[in-house]
Amino acid sequence: MSAEQQTEHYYIPDPSPWPVVGMVSLLTTLVGAALAINGVDIGSYVVIAGLLLFGYLLFGWFSDVVKENLSDCYNHQVDTSFRMGMIWFIASEVFFFLAFFGALYYIRNIALPWLGGDGYLGTTNELLYDGYTPVWPTHGPGEMGGDFIVMGAWGIPAINTFILLTSGATITWAHWGLKLNKQNHLVWGLASTIGLGVIFVILQAYEYGHAYSDLNLTLETGIYGSTFYMLTGFHGFHVTMGAIMLMAILGRSLKGHFSPHNHFAFEAVAWYWHFVDVVWLGLFIFVYWL
Amino acid sequence: MSTYAAEHHHDDHVPTGWRRWVFSTNHKDIGTLYLLFALCMLFLGGASAMLIRAELFQPGIQLLHPDLYNNLVTNHALIMIFGAVMPAAAGLANWMIPLMIGAPDMALPRMNNLSFWILPAAATMLILSFVVPFFPGGGSQINTGWTLYPPLSLQVGMSMDFLIFAIHLLGISSVLASINIIVTLFNMRAPGMTLMQMPMFCWTWLVTAFLLILVVPVLAGGVTMLLFDRHFGTSFFDAAGGGDPVLFQHLFWFFGHPEVYVLLLPSIGVLAHVIPTFSRKPLFGYKSMVGSMLAVATIGMVVWAHHQYTIGMSLGAVTYFMIGTIIISIPVGLMIFNFIATMWRGSMTFETPMLFAVAIILMFTFGGLSGVMLAVVPADMQYHDSMFVVAHFHYVLMPGAVFGLFAGVFYWLPKWTGHMYDEVLAKWFFWINVIGFNITFFPQHFLGLAGMPRRIVDYNVMFTEFNVVSSIGAIIFGLSHLLLLYIVIKTIRGGKKADAKVWEGAHGLEWHLDSPPAFHSWSTAPKAIELTDTYEKPQ
Amino acid sequence: MRFLVSGLARWVVLFVGFFGAGSVYAEYGVNFPEPASGSAQEIYDIHMMTMRVSTLLLVIVFAIVFYSLYFHRKSRGYKADQKFHDTWFGHWSWIIVPTLVLGVDLTIANNANAVLEKVWVVPDDKELMDVKVTGHQWWWEFDYLDHGVKVESRYVPKEDSGDLYLREVDNRLVLPVGTNIRFLHTSADVLHAFWVPELAVKKDAIPGYVTETWVEITREGVFRGQCAELCGTWHARMPIVVEAVPKEQFLAWIDERNAAKAAAAAEASADKTWTMEELMAKGEELYNTKCGACHQVTGIGLPPAFPPLKGSAIATGPIDAHLDIVIKGQPGTAMMAWGGLNDLEIAAIVTYERNAWGNNTGDLVQPADVKQHR
Ligand code: HEA
Ligand code: HEA
Ligand code: HEC
Ligand code: CUA
Ligand SMILES: [Cu+2]
Repeated sequence: MSAEQQTEHYYIPDPSPWPVVGMVSLLTTLVGAALAINGVDIGSYVVIAGLLLFGYLLFGWFSDVVKENLSDCYNHQVDTSFRMGMIWFIASEVFFFLAFFGALYYIRNIALPWLGGDGYLGTTNELLYDGYTPVWPTHGPGEMGGDFIVMGAWGIPAINTFILLTSGATITWAHWGLKLNKQNHLVWGLASTIGLGVIFVILQAYEYGHAYSDLNLTLETGIYGSTFYMLTGFHGFHVTMGAIMLMAILGRSLKGHFSPHNHFAFEAVAWYWHFVDVVWLGLFIFVYWL
Repeated sequence: MSTYAAEHHHDDHVPTGWRRWVFSTNHKDIGTLYLLFALCMLFLGGASAMLIRAELFQPGIQLLHPDLYNNLVTNHALIMIFGAVMPAAAGLANWMIPLMIGAPDMALPRMNNLSFWILPAAATMLILSFVVPFFPGGGSQINTGWTLYPPLSLQVGMSMDFLIFAIHLLGISSVLASINIIVTLFNMRAPGMTLMQMPMFCWTWLVTAFLLILVVPVLAGGVTMLLFDRHFGTSFFDAAGGGDPVLFQHLFWFFGHPEVYVLLLPSIGVLAHVIPTFSRKPLFGYKSMVGSMLAVATIGMVVWAHHQYTIGMSLGAVTYFMIGTIIISIPVGLMIFNFIATMWRGSMTFETPMLFAVAIILMFTFGGLSGVMLAVVPADMQYHDSMFVVAHFHYVLMPGAVFGLFAGVFYWLPKWTGHMYDEVLAKWFFWINVIGFNITFFPQHFLGLAGMPRRIVDYNVMFTEFNVVSSIGAIIFGLSHLLLLYIVIKTIRGGKKADAKVWEGAHGLEWHLDSPPAFHSWSTAPKAIELTDTYEKPQ
Repeated sequence: MRFLVSGLARWVVLFVGFFGAGSVYAEYGVNFPEPASGSAQEIYDIHMMTMRVSTLLLVIVFAIVFYSLYFHRKSRGYKADQKFHDTWFGHWSWIIVPTLVLGVDLTIANNANAVLEKVWVVPDDKELMDVKVTGHQWWWEFDYLDHGVKVESRYVPKEDSGDLYLREVDNRLVLPVGTNIRFLHTSADVLHAFWVPELAVKKDAIPGYVTETWVEITREGVFRGQCAELCGTWHARMPIVVEAVPKEQFLAWIDERNAAKAAAAAEASADKTWTMEELMAKGEELYNTKCGACHQVTGIGLPPAFPPLKGSAIATGPIDAHLDIVIKGQPGTAMMAWGGLNDLEIAAIVTYERNAWGNNTGDLVQPADVKQHR
């Protein structure tokens, strides 16, 4: 990892309006969100305006990058910078999820035994809960949200696991196609990955609906509901983002933007997709199964 | 706007007007923006500190409603840490890293601008969170302190949501900046410069950036849970639903403790240049410096719960966290030792950066040692949440972080502006500043030991004397910063011309560029001869 | 000016006395107060030990730095020793220094560990006396679990406490000396922390969880402390006053409290219809102590955090809704459930609120109404 190959000039883009547009859009969105969740009416409109601006920003920024790339502004070193940037971005995402997995771990292995009067702090249970025995999955001694049924692992979640794993394979397959310079192979690989991703999201949405209407398993269902929805929800959000990114890549593939040796964007999205895959495996094991 | 055409430019046309700053992709300009932003925030955070000290000047509630007081405490801490120290350090990084490693710019110049411009947005949200309660229907003030512990933070009105989003923005900014720095350091070093030949400031920032990428997302996760508990009925921090308020503390401090090293390390990096320069002698122990930094970062990630000794952990857990925390004195001690050994048998002169460096060594050691006292669990049963802790962390934060940045600013100001600063005034600033600092915070140790809790707006008469001294010190200390402002402005506007190599004993690539360097520097890689001009070669 | 001078004087004394003889600083309020329990003594000792070690290290660092600053300066013509890092010392210091530091570290940790175990582990004692300590916004509730006595402890306004303002309470926590006492800390709303420096037990009170500490008080006296965890607006107004008395005196005090409690209960359950004057008088007193911190004695509250009751829709509207919020509280806000009060007390408070400060509803709420409403 060093920079022996600094042969040509490193590409420094010209002044660009996108970062400030990004700032404005983020600020608008978040101010709007803060107002909206506190019941101030204009909030939601502000959010929508912010998000539209954000979409415009992404579109504009990435078109610039694509144009620069197509006009051969980037050398090998720039490409490496992009790659490393993406890797570290994913690393930060990993730690974001780690916070939620950590919370789950903490609740199950430290907080609940404490509530149950385990070990050195037995008095909690004696004094406050008088015989309550927490068993995971639980909605706590206060039985928040009322009775609920647990989401089983071997129905839709197992199918979803299968779907995501398959999609990991299809995107790798697409990558081969790209490397072998076979346009069809690439396009079909991408299309099937997107298809699987979309099916995943649809199944997930169906599962949520089922949980809300039939199982009485909601965000309000104590700590089980909280961790369940936060973990799966953020994951689902990432899958959605990943699928959108894949669609952009598909569009660019159809336009023939990628060459067997120059396709950073494709790889970045593929890495992201694998990351989302791996997180799902963690979810399946720790949220649904164990 | 985008010039993607093959017009490969090194024709050095400097953009002009507001576009130059707002649309910038130039590391020097962005560095300047960071530094100016940090300076503004220093004054904003300092102004809240002055109000805090004014309220504590005498017992009784004179100026501030208790909630307003604690809102100021919250803002003071967040503004100082996220608004002043981190951006200032990032500003130094932006300016100096490409110059030091012979790179034409940061690796991802546009993203660099984004990480800066998110900061004003975050500051706006933060200020909004302070302002909102003054409007009808705005809810109550953020009276939680910067730690935002639930359930208290669940009681606060909508200003809390503004703050939570501000923290998200700050997090995004830091993560993007860190990615950029890591990539720059890995990918943009001049040909022939290995990692172990990198200037020490680059190393400190590399480690800092790692830390940030690993811990900031956890904070973001924590405050997100807070947001959901507040508005969407989850029960992460509510025992009735099986959650636990302490969970938030773990998430916060998993971020919070490494964060203090994030604040410390860039300043350590500055010292690693200032001290050799003014001792005219290579940095002692380059390798052990790198090693200790990695050790600090690693151990620092696993000792967070020393902020929560009083929450009822098991004996085993507190013992582990105690020993882990105490052990950090080894790598930090080694760094301090290396600095002293660099001065030892050097040929020292005492320009302002060096004065600050010496003050840091002495006073940071003091703060670090009180940290080790805090790490001792049974004793922390007494110290915890008392003014003793406040004294500890200002002794590590001011010398360890802020003074290091001051040293860096004075050290590199001639390089940036091409003008020498006014040495006489700067020395005055140093002395008033350091003396004021000690008058402010030294007495707080005694307040804490005698039993004064922190974050209280009103106190018993028995604590009066030391608080009076502390507040008077704070006024001296605070006013001294006006002198800093004056010196900086004066230097920007003019002064004696500075040579390329500003300091007699300075080494490193940055001193081979003009002062100020051209808008685009190192667009061709440095020559081998320039590369060898370094103190940081491994021994 | 007087303050400044005496402040500086203390400071000088401190420099001299801090690390030297034991008695000097105690008088000056610059160190822990004199310990009044076994663990506090041990903690005091370990504190002094780490402080002395730190001072020693600090002196060493200062000495070396100042020596170097003085002798190795250019203005004295000192030439830098460019090979210093190449000496044997330069090559081995990376291992020598950490070893030395590790030695000091282990000494500290070792001593600390011994103390820690004693402080942390509650002794296995049949006679152990349990006191449940509940933090409320912004008062303490002490529940003597073994004696059936509860004490509510609130700060005393400046007019009545003078120089002890913020260090004085209306009802003290009375404890016997020479007994192993276990405190069980919990909270009704947000985090608080029980801290009495002389006893050296600081523990967070966490809502929904119980944490524990223990002490054995070794001398009689009055020990003052404060809530040490930020708990909102009046965090500064949560003093704790422990009165340590001989065992017999403690038991006598318990009996007295029990008798008073029985009398109050009898009064409340007596089938008596109360007059407006009686309820208003009682209500005013109760309201001012229990509700005044938030809703203010004047009833105007501290908006936006605490709503006014003067002219409030609830306090002037239907009685049921009013009783409801008082008895059940408002989850998620600082308004706690006051259902623990007896019928008479609630009746008196509600009557008072409905008729004071111009809330002239004329409603008279009797204990029986409260009973029925529950
Ligand atoms: C720059 C910031 C910074 C730095 C560097 C440190 C460094 C250290 N801190 Fe500090 N700390 C804070 C900022 C910082 N801290 C803040 C902001 C808080 C409060 C947060 C809040 O609650 O709001 C805090 C609180 C805090 C606590 C919690 C107190 C409480 O709330 O009860 C503890 C407890 O262990 C602690 C310990 C330490 C230790 C052991 C170090 C060590 O890293 C210090 C190591 C340095 C030395 C030891 C000196 C040099 C070494 C030698 C000369 C060698 C010889 C030494 C020995 C043999 C011991 N700190
Ligand atoms: C990098 C971080 C940083 C920095 C630089 C500072 C700087 C200062 N802090 Fe800071 N402080 C914290 C981080 C920091 N603090 C944190 C994390 C907390 C804990 C918060 C919590 O409990 O949640 C805290 C809490 C804290 C408290 C405790 C409040 C309480 O617990 O009740 C106090 C009280 O004295 C205090 C004082 C000061 C002072 C006087 C300065 C001075 O150094 C400031 C000097 C700078 C200026 C003054 C600015 C420049 C000058 C002007 C604005 C001109 C105008 C001047 C005048 C009118 C005189 N701080
Ligand atoms: C720790 C602070 C605190 C104390 C002590 C307190 N309250 Fe409250 N009270 C509140 C808060 C906060 C609310 C607002 C709740 C909400 O937002 O619905 C409130 C609301 C009320 C209301 C409804 C007012 C309205 O118009 O919405 C009544 C009635 C009331 N309290 C009565 C009492 C009584 C009676 C007592 C004492 C026995 C008391 N309170 C003690 C904090 C407190
Ligand atoms: Cu209770 Cu602070
Ligand atoms: Cu820490």
